[in-house]
Amino acid sequence: MSIFKRKTSAVQSAEIDSAENAIANKEVQGLTQRQIVTRRFLNHRAAVTSLIILTTLILIVFAGSGFNIGPWKIPGWWKYNIDTLGDLNTCSEGRLGCPTLSVVPKWLGGNGMSLGDHPLGQDDIGHDYLALVLRGAQRSLMVTFIIGIVAGVIGTVVGAVAGFFAGRIDNVLMRFVDFLITIPSIIIGSVIGYHFGNLGALFLAFYLGLFAWTGLSRLVRGEFLSLREREFVDAARVAGASNRRIIFKHILPNAVGVIVVSVTLLMSGAILLETALSYLGFGVTPPDVSLGLLISTYQDSFTTRPYLFWWPGVAIITIALSINFIGDGLRDAFDPRQRRKVTLKERRTKLVRGLSRKSADV
Amino acid sequence: MLAFIGRRLGTLFVILFGSSFILYNLTAISGDPREQYAFSTDEESRSALRALIRQLDLETPPPIRYFKWLKGVLGVFMGRVDFGITRDNEAVLTRLAAAIPTTLKLVTAATLTAILLGIALGIVTALRQYSRFDYVITFFSFLMFSLPIFWVAVLLKQFLAIEFNDFLAVGYIDIKWRLFMAALTAVFWAGVVGGSRARLAKVAGTAFVLSFAILSAIVSLKWFYDPSLGPVVVFLLSIGIAFAVTAISMGLDNRPALKSSLTIAVITLALYYPLQYIFDRYSSWLLILLLAILTISTAALVSVLFAKIDRGSVIRTTIITSIGCGFVVILDRLLSTWKEYLLLDGVNGRPIPTVGQLNPLLTTDDFWILRLDSTVHLILPTIALTLISFAGYIRFSRGTMLEVLTQDYIRTARAKGLNERTVVVRHAFRNTLIPLTTIIVVDLAGVIGGAIITERVFGWSGMGTLFNKAISTYDLNLLMGVFAVTATLSVVANLVADLLYAALDPRIRTGNGR
Repeated sequence: MSIFKRKTSAVQSAEIDSAENAIANKEVQGLTQRQIVTRRFLNHRAAVTSLIILTTLILIVFAGSGFNIGPWKIPGWWKYNIDTLGDLNTCSEGRLGCPTLSVVPKWLGGNGMSLGDHPLGQDDIGHDYLALVLRGAQRSLMVTFIIGIVAGVIGTVVGAVAGFFAGRIDNVLMRFVDFLITIPSIIIGSVIGYHFGNLGALFLAFYLGLFAWTGLSRLVRGEFLSLREREFVDAARVAGASNRRIIFKHILPNAVGVIVVSVTLLMSGAILLETALSYLGFGVTPPDVSLGLLISTYQDSFTTRPYLFWWPGVAIITIALSINFIGDGLRDAFDPRQRRKVTLKERRTKLVRGLSRKSADV
Repeated sequence: MLAFIGRRLGTLFVILFGSSFILYNLTAISGDPREQYAFSTDEESRSALRALIRQLDLETPPPIRYFKWLKGVLGVFMGRVDFGITRDNEAVLTRLAAAIPTTLKLVTAATLTAILLGIALGIVTALRQYSRFDYVITFFSFLMFSLPIFWVAVLLKQFLAIEFNDFLAVGYIDIKWRLFMAALTAVFWAGVVGGSRARLAKVAGTAFVLSFAILSAIVSLKWFYDPSLGPVVVFLLSIGIAFAVTAISMGLDNRPALKSSLTIAVITLALYYPLQYIFDRYSSWLLILLLAILTISTAALVSVLFAKIDRGSVIRTTIITSIGCGFVVILDRLLSTWKEYLLLDGVNGRPIPTVGQLNPLLTTDDFWILRLDSTVHLILPTIALTLISFAGYIRFSRGTMLEVLTQDYIRTARAKGLNERTVVVRHAFRNTLIPLTTIIVVDLAGVIGGAIITERVFGWSGMGTLFNKAISTYDLNLLMGVFAVTATLSVVANLVADLLYAALDPRIRTGNGR
């Protein structure tokens, strides 16, 4: 079986392992934990690309659609909003409301690169579709981040308290988590969404966040259980630190990797949960807009007006995919066992030089 | 051990009690079935309201009503279970009994495919860590993670069902498409096998030529109008399965295993025509079950005859081969009905449906046509469910495999000179299976209630539909019925997973102290 063939023999690979260790150790000499993590994250190409894409998307969406801060309405740069009703523009073959976006340049036989009046087309009654998608993506992003924050805070606190105090408090909290875990998230989401969905997307997100923290709290608890036995915690206690200080100043920074990674994964799950609920009709309800709602409204017009279906889906996938990749990058960055693959070239040049210099020093 | 199980069962009941209490009251507070009558004053709706209140016992406050409900459910230990009645005045139990088989039918194939494919891809990517193939599969698995199923479903309906049916009307694949598909296959196999450039080129070339030839043959022979395999192809496939299974599990050097697997392939060929005769006359589920038992016992017998040493492994290899061969035979029989099926009245040459569980226009009661009908209805939902769920298995099995490969016992196995196949399959893969098993058990329990969106998109009426209806009509008893099933399964599965873990991994023992 060719799958099972290995390029290097076991002995060689063990040698390479230790050599790679040497390179990796040399790289992180004299750096703080934060610098190491940042550097590792920046080396993860997919994660950095995703971070850039997501940031750009957030900027475009929030700046484009406009938002409210308290009583002030901040208008977006896009000329339409979700309430403007325009006339349906007629295009070829007598169809109405088709997209005016054109990306093929003139010298390739297209119509040149331009946005046009309605780049993504118009819906049935003349709303600009770009405005709808922008608002939908804004809603989905806000829901995602609110769920992430609410669930992140509750999960961390519950997990930290349970793991730090252990014993009876741990038992009570974890049994409570067991209660919540037995109820599938989509059931909770539907019950909440159906009854609180009309309060608006933000309330919905808040309530969903109240139930989404269970998995995170288990992970944090596990981390705290092992960290509280470490010497630096004893040292802090001997120095007279209070429990709160030990939890927040001493243990939490050490557990931050686990927390950050699982919060990102929780958020990528959250955007899919929100769209799924809106699709089922239990989430964001009209007149508000969300990506799941747009897809569910226009899924039947796929054959006639596919652009009404493609764009919201592409937006969902872009957001979820970039969050997933960022999470992956963070996991690699925080996990000390994960080492970047050392390329052959580096192994040849750096290693030989580094090792020979070392032996010369001796 | 018994004390451990007993204690776990105790907490299990407490958990179920607590979560059902929470959900019952949460739902009861958040919506009122009386709402729809709130503004009507005429006598008719008032009497309907009174009837509703009497029927669902709405005057009783929810916490007390919960205990009444619980009393009915706990009747399960007295053999008199009562889940209450729905708003349509039907027993919840009847609805559940009708919905569970539908959901099972919907999710079984998808879950099995997702598990098998996911584990296989995960293992291969782990063995090829940081290769281009690994990166591509990793990207795809993240993409699958991020796909909303209802969106995929619409695309599948369009491209796999509608366009395939249109294609059948034409019956011709453009040469450009054939070349493109062949190139795709070539890239895939080159990625799986890996190695030096020369080897890559060889593998890719072979895969390209082979797949292009097969596609062209399919097109020119109009195979998709009458896709039965026939005895020759069945035999060739059986031999292929025999070689593949033996090569992976025992290695081709192991003569007894190879011989007994090949014997199974020969037996498959010998029984081909007699089986067709039986299939045409006595087809039923019972027959298939009998044949399955017969197949496995034959395989066991054959392998016992061949194996002198290491009997267990040879028996296992042969049984896996025989199951593969059995599937090929059944598939062949199913495909041979395709031609007839295409021409049926309700089908009209458009075989892949986009919604529904079976074709209501079919009048035949032929066993194989009905099976084929339900199979084609399963194609789209199965692909959709597989796509979104197998990414998790890829990631998980890849991670576990990588973890296992760094262990000391793997180094020991290599050091004592075992070949790489033995190290990977016997030492690494088996240990990867331990955490995988526990995940699978929990997932299997989860799928019963988990296909809510899929059922909606593809028009199936299983548990998900019941649940949808329960929520949008404030049907508390129905909702709790669905919840009772899914929650019980999930806690039981968690318990089973823990026990399995302890049974599979000798390092974990449940002592009295814990």
